[in-house]
Amino acid sequence: MSRVNDVGGMSGFPAVIEEPDEPPFHSDWEAHVFALNGALIKRGVYNLDEFRDAQERLPVQEYLSASYYERWFAAITTLLREKGVVAAEELELPDEH
Amino acid sequence: MSDDHGSSVISAQVRHVESLLESRGLLDAGEIDTRIDEFLAGGSPANGARIVARAWADPGFAERLLADANSAIREVGLSMAGGLQEQRLKVVANTEAEHNVVVCTLCSCYPIALLGPSPGWYKSEAYRSRVVRDPRGVLAEFGLELPVGTSVAVWDASAESRYMVLPRRPVGTEGLAEDELAALVTRKGLIGTAVV
Repeated sequence: MSRVNDVGGMSGFPAVIEEPDEPPFHSDWEAHVFALNGALIKRGVYNLDEFRDAQERLPVQEYLSASYYERWFAAITTLLREKGVVAAEELELPDEH
Repeated sequence: MSDDHGSSVISAQVRHVESLLESRGLLDAGEIDTRIDEFLAGGSPANGARIVARAWADPGFAERLLADANSAIREVGLSMAGGLQEQRLKVVANTEAEHNVVVCTLCSCYPIALLGPSPGWYKSEAYRSRVVRDPRGVLAEFGLELPVGTSVAVWDASAESRYMVLPRRPVGTEGLAEDELAALVTRKGLIGTAVV
């Protein structure tokens, strides 16, 4: 059984589009997500394979509609919940937002 | 970098998670900014260009590079151990008979600690799905038309194994110094979606 990320050879995707002068990150939050993941792996909260697995088992529709770093953040919060680091309700933004 | 309205919610969520983790002692204040700065100052296609230029200038180095890239790149002061874990690097050389191109069909594996962030198209489903089925068609979208007699090898990276292409040295560059040669090498040349 392949997962949604296993797209090698799949037909139906469009032409490849290059973004001229592409920045390393498109928003500050993307850079933060990138750095946060490295910090958590370095601390042993989870490992790189767990991180990839957490992305690859996202619900298929969520995986396909999410941007690259949205997937990363979804995987990070999934693992933080599953590892008992934070409770699901703690991840919700406080009301003032 | 800028945040448009659509990303303001996720920005707030990310900040929220960072403060949660700081309060649990799992993240130090300023750690994220330091990591971002270090990452942006570290890996860059210029590292790959330097490796390629040395290989063009020194056939002995080229031989060592193709046999054991992890060891050979230490000769030019570089390493694959700069990221979360040391990854195996395999360098594949383009020849008249064979052109190489790199992909990660499952996600986005790339020698990031060495070469910096990968381009967005490398991470796209369009590239990942199609370059293994129709490499010539995808390379043509990049403006690269290979001679019919040149075969194409596609290398699929994984979490443990990363690839870099050694492009062919352009003709007429015999008199150039190594830094001048390095200036000719592009990121797409190192991935194989362009020639140098």
